[in-house]
Amino acid sequence: MPETFRPRDADQVRETVAWAAAEERPLEIRGGGSKRGLGRPTDGHDVLEISGLGGVTYYEPTELVLAAAAGTPLAAVEAELARNRQRLAFEPVDYGPVTGGPAERSTVGGVVACNISGPRRIQAGAARDHCLGITAVSGRGEAFKSGGRVVKNVTGYDLSKLMAGSYGTLAVLTEVTFKVLPVPEETRTVLVHGLEETAGIAALGKAAASGLEPTALAHLPPSAASRSAVDRVSGASDSVTAIRIEGPAPSVEARSASLRKLFEPTGDTGELHGRDSDALWREIGGVKLLPMDDGVLWRLSVPPTTAAGVVREIARALPRVGAIRTMFDWAGGLIWLTVEGVEDAAHGVVLGAIASGGGHATLIRAPGEIRRRVPVFHPRDPGLAALNARVKRGFDPRGILNPGRLSADY
Amino acid sequence: MRMPEPDADVIAGRGALVAALRGVLAEEGVIWSDNELKAYECDGLTAYRQVPLAVALPEDTRQVSRVLEICSEHGAKVVPRGAGTSLSGGALPLADGVLLGLGKFNRILEIDYENRCAVVQPGVSNLSVSEAVADEGFYYAPDPSSQIVCTIGGNVAENSGGVHCLKYGVTTNNILGLEIVLMDGEVVRLGGKHLDPEGYDLMGVMAGSEGLLGVITEVTVRILKKPEVARAVLVGFPDIEDGGRFVADIIAAGIVPGGMEMMDKPAIHAVEEFCHAGYPMDAEALAIVELDGHVTEVDHLIARVEDIAHRCRASSVRTSHSEEERLAFWLGRKSAFGAVGRISPDYFCMDGTVPRRALPEVLRRMAQMSARFGLRVANVFHAGDGNLHPLILYDANVPGELEKAEEFGAEILKLCVEVGGVLTGEHGVGVEKRDLMGEMFTDADLEQQQRLKCAFDPGGSLNPGKVFPTIRRCAELGRMHVHRGQLPFPDIPRF
Repeated sequence: MPETFRPRDADQVRETVAWAAAEERPLEIRGGGSKRGLGRPTDGHDVLEISGLGGVTYYEPTELVLAAAAGTPLAAVEAELARNRQRLAFEPVDYGPVTGGPAERSTVGGVVACNISGPRRIQAGAARDHCLGITAVSGRGEAFKSGGRVVKNVTGYDLSKLMAGSYGTLAVLTEVTFKVLPVPEETRTVLVHGLEETAGIAALGKAAASGLEPTALAHLPPSAASRSAVDRVSGASDSVTAIRIEGPAPSVEARSASLRKLFEPTGDTGELHGRDSDALWREIGGVKLLPMDDGVLWRLSVPPTTAAGVVREIARALPRVGAIRTMFDWAGGLIWLTVEGVEDAAHGVVLGAIASGGGHATLIRAPGEIRRRVPVFHPRDPGLAALNARVKRGFDPRGILNPGRLSADY
Repeated sequence: MRMPEPDADVIAGRGALVAALRGVLAEEGVIWSDNELKAYECDGLTAYRQVPLAVALPEDTRQVSRVLEICSEHGAKVVPRGAGTSLSGGALPLADGVLLGLGKFNRILEIDYENRCAVVQPGVSNLSVSEAVADEGFYYAPDPSSQIVCTIGGNVAENSGGVHCLKYGVTTNNILGLEIVLMDGEVVRLGGKHLDPEGYDLMGVMAGSEGLLGVITEVTVRILKKPEVARAVLVGFPDIEDGGRFVADIIAAGIVPGGMEMMDKPAIHAVEEFCHAGYPMDAEALAIVELDGHVTEVDHLIARVEDIAHRCRASSVRTSHSEEERLAFWLGRKSAFGAVGRISPDYFCMDGTVPRRALPEVLRRMAQMSARFGLRVANVFHAGDGNLHPLILYDANVPGELEKAEEFGAEILKLCVEVGGVLTGEHGVGVEKRDLMGEMFTDADLEQQQRLKCAFDPGGSLNPGKVFPTIRRCAELGRMHVHRGQLPFPDIPRF
């Protein structure tokens, strides 16, 4: 019968992992459990739950640095930052609802471990770019640290980056340190209506290269736009191309005006201010504009100019017309895609579509039995796969941390 | 500085090694005459010198792969080198090692404006990337002060920064893809033109790996649209503490400047005498704050910065009204190292980072140390991110001064760690700070880092003697010390 261990501090995490390593008893590493459905299934093991390690351990607003125990709820950190008009600029997203898990249970450790970033990633960087330091316990049961509490640091290998996106397979994070940034005075989103996919993504590229410093760039086909709770997005019954501008008020006003002028010849333009703008980007980041009830959800990271072609190719290769719903973030470089009524999540079709232009596909949501059978993470070249496996062995030689979560081989 | 004991057999086998290298490289691609080797005996950290066993200058990835295979077969170590501008001895050669120069990898392979990236070879200089995309109004953001010569490959290996990294990030935040060659000759591609590939972030650890993990043979960098306008404010302060408060207040006001630099009085004077930049000679501290972006935003923020300066008792505030004026403000800062070089026969450039709030305390204590060691120190620093560059002035011809300067430098770096900072912000550990790693890391921390190296280079042949104070064999590092038994902690809550 699997047990759940809930250590109260980093030392108890170390003791638990050291014991598990000695006994060769695999552990499932869990924060708030919001992303249990993400990645390859790893169940039936004892659970090491780090939610007992909570609390902001260091926060100096004028240093733009915050550290927190890994089990600290993301919401608690965001609330603390908001009190000082600061934020995690990579715009972390609650993947609970996205992956069929509980909402509002994300921990900062989980956000880093899965390297989850929202729409602002395109301008501000990913979770990995904002993680300045970590403390962790390796699969050898040894505590170690990397990085620090300053933004500029090249002392030793940047193991914080390695932890970001490792899905708890290398070490159990016990504390993470973030670079934080001020919340800008004002936010607006410029909307361009009625562009088809290729033109919409081209418009995003034009905005990205405009020098107007947009902080988010998304294209919503009509089916996605129609699901928005923001009237000006859903009301037009057409596609919406959305470009976010943030900064001091006079600057936001001037840049929004410049953007609208830039796109006037392209299509009807509109603008969302303040709360409406925030609501739209929460919907986009949280993938709320795609049907969540059934079907599987893919996340494709590709060179932006290939995005429209990739989606066309997938649609063409599927047996039934209208089986996919899509949405484009990150200036087109991030494709969200749901597929209905297909065998094995149509993984062959999806992987095939990005083979020529380059990129990665991740099966974000699908029943466990499908995730067990098809590649959830993009298959790697043999040399790179072997290097990944050697890195894993260096941290967790007995393979006790989240076995199978990231790869069938370890 | 103690380097690993050279392998006498490898040195004795130099003839066979050179012959094998000549079998795969062009005539001028292998250097082994003593005269020519001398040119490679040091990098930017000139205090340490060592003539390499041979120099190999491959022209493509396949040749790099073959050179590494040959060196592996001959048991020779390998030290990769870009332009040799490292200030920490990262490219210091080894007596039993081949210096692998990447100078022939000097082509920009592709510029993809639509995806806002460029694919370049590692020997391309940092500045030439920006120059190549300038016509379309783009640039590559990281701008280390050696950008005219330093190479992109070296920038990745050192995770280089520059004056604009507070707003635009350092190298690791501005690269999308890498091609690397491992010590056994295997070629591995990481990333591409897309963001955040899943799997372990090996590109993230390659950045700042100081040539110990793999040889970089191709880099895909992000390019950004040049800001519409940049303007700078030059502010003098009667007291360093006021300068420190000014920096903190700008951050507290929610402003993230493109660059925020400071200099102390000795640096101001050295610079002013050298290039007459018009800096205020009576100031104890001088700050340059640059705002860039949309013209409305820059004008708005400049006014706020001026206001904060006055509230922090600034003795002088000047704002650039033209590009010439802005560049004149920067001229002094950019020639600071050269200016100091003129007033002292030799200097060490240190590179610690401290929390911003500790700046005044660190500067005060550095002045005390300066008096104690009897060596002058001038400070230029990236105030925005707390990255200090104290320049310790000494004369290598005075017996004992070099050692005294090294000791002074070590004390400064220990102080940085003591106040919550780190040993190096952007120059790297190399050989210079290698023996200070224990100030920041425990044995367990360093062992875990070395296990990562084992995954890339199990034989430990790539750039050994750098970064880690003690070289450990991978077999020994891999061993697990297991104590079996009952779960020894009855007090951990279980369910």
